[in-house]
Amino acid sequence: MRKRQYGHWHGHQAGESGRNHVMANIVQFENVGLRYGSGPDAGPETLSDLSFTLRSGAFYFLTGASGAGKTSLLKLLYLAQRPTRGVIRLFGEDAVVLSRDRLPGFRRRIGVVFQDFRLVPHLSTWDNIALPLRVAGMPEADIEQPVREMLTWVGLGDRADARPATLSGGEQQRVAIARAVIARPEILVADEPTGNVDPDMAERLLHLFESLNKLGTTVVVATHDFHLLGRIPGAQMMRLDRGRLLDPTGALRYPPTRPE
Amino acid sequence: MMSRATNARSSAERRVLDEAGGLRAMTWVMAIMLFLTMLAAALGLATAGAARLLDRQLAGRLTVQVVDGDPVRRDVAAARVLAALRTMPAVATATPVDRAELTRLLQPWLGSDGADPQLPVPAMIDVDLADHDEAAASRVAATVRRLNPSVRVDRHESWMSPVNDVMRTLTFLALALVLLMASATAAVVVLAARAGLQTHRATIAVMHMLGSTDLQVARLFQRRIALDATIGGVGGGVAALLIVTFIGIRLRGLGSDLLGGVALGGVDWVVLALLPVAFVVLATLAARVTIVRALRHIL
Repeated sequence: MRKRQYGHWHGHQAGESGRNHVMANIVQFENVGLRYGSGPDAGPETLSDLSFTLRSGAFYFLTGASGAGKTSLLKLLYLAQRPTRGVIRLFGEDAVVLSRDRLPGFRRRIGVVFQDFRLVPHLSTWDNIALPLRVAGMPEADIEQPVREMLTWVGLGDRADARPATLSGGEQQRVAIARAVIARPEILVADEPTGNVDPDMAERLLHLFESLNKLGTTVVVATHDFHLLGRIPGAQMMRLDRGRLLDPTGALRYPPTRPE
Repeated sequence: MMSRATNARSSAERRVLDEAGGLRAMTWVMAIMLFLTMLAAALGLATAGAARLLDRQLAGRLTVQVVDGDPVRRDVAAARVLAALRTMPAVATATPVDRAELTRLLQPWLGSDGADPQLPVPAMIDVDLADHDEAAASRVAATVRRLNPSVRVDRHESWMSPVNDVMRTLTFLALALVLLMASATAAVVVLAARAGLQTHRATIAVMHMLGSTDLQVARLFQRRIALDATIGGVGGGVAALLIVTFIGIRLRGLGSDLLGGVALGGVDWVVLALLPVAFVVLATLAARVTIVRALRHIL
């Protein structure tokens, strides 16, 4: 297991930005298409001819109207779905032909904030946040500190024992975010992560993502909220429209752009 | 310290699946299944033991009857047969049954008339063979019949073979019941595991997305079903052992030679005591295989 340092959640003092490092491609899509269903039940292509690369340590916003395919694209990224065609390279390996046995190892390197949170309803806030660390086999004694720090960071220190049903939508979202980032993933994929929180909390959560990004995590945030786009200096944007990326070159430079 | 951490982990892992408090239906099902299985197993072990005991008691034993209406001729013939028997290497012992013993045996049917010296009762000789095989018994019977064609040879095994057949049939029936119950238990576990998968589908999907392996997920179900099987097994097993003990006491109290053989030996009790363990292992394996197979169909 990779050695993780958890004492960095309280601020942005992480030092040199991860984005300032030389970045390699962490994700590469080549002519990727996705169609749900098969045979006579197959629907139209939800995603078509997607070709782009995500560079390690960069910050991306994914925008587009409802139904544009943002969630489907994220599903491909966090390996919940295999594409119907095309090639996806993830961490330098062909993710399309990845054997099922290797998926867990890849998934542990990806943090996901689901649009519907997907918290485990009978687990406390604490246990929900600790879940990725337990799945990764971290000793129980080592789990306490990072979970406590995450709880504090997302402002839920006093709700550690609460079940999701007793939390507000915003609180649930913060738990979902804490769960996604606690294991220091190499890629963080977030589907509308600020949809249920007030502007202040949205800003705080973005700063959390930014902190993580500065430590080298590649962040992909799907959002409708155009106000957020200018909040992360150097972030890049992907725009999806009816399953296609609007920029046919695959160069993700719609403002705000990251200076090369 | 280590055990506290281990306990904390297993407690945390247990919480991942919603553990509604109290005894679950599965616990009761396992208790009932194991209770019935142990009763069937006890029946099978006891009848198998009784059949073995009968075999040991009856194998290689013959009764030679010298039948003659004239008591003098009968006794002379009996003496010749006895002498001949005692010279045969295949015969370990040949013992004449005395008149008093015969009278006692006839008492229930003839009353005091059985003691009448004029009563044409056959002279009887109990024979124990040195070899308990079929060929030795046939050789002895043929030899004594050559000496006196009116001699009748009864093999004890053939008298009791219907009883032995019943015992063996009961043993096989009990074995079949045990196998059926084990299969039914495995089927119940498979159904319970599938239902559990359906119930916890959302949690499992989340765990997969967090990087859980199929075995990690299967382990959660295994642990839960093993716990149910253990609690149910202990309850059902103890109840079955109490009933078997009670029946054993009642059988011994009857004072019957035949039914007295229907008893459990030390090894039989050990086998019965191991049945709950076997059930827990069976349930755990069935759960693991079911879950892992089902998860293979999920990305």
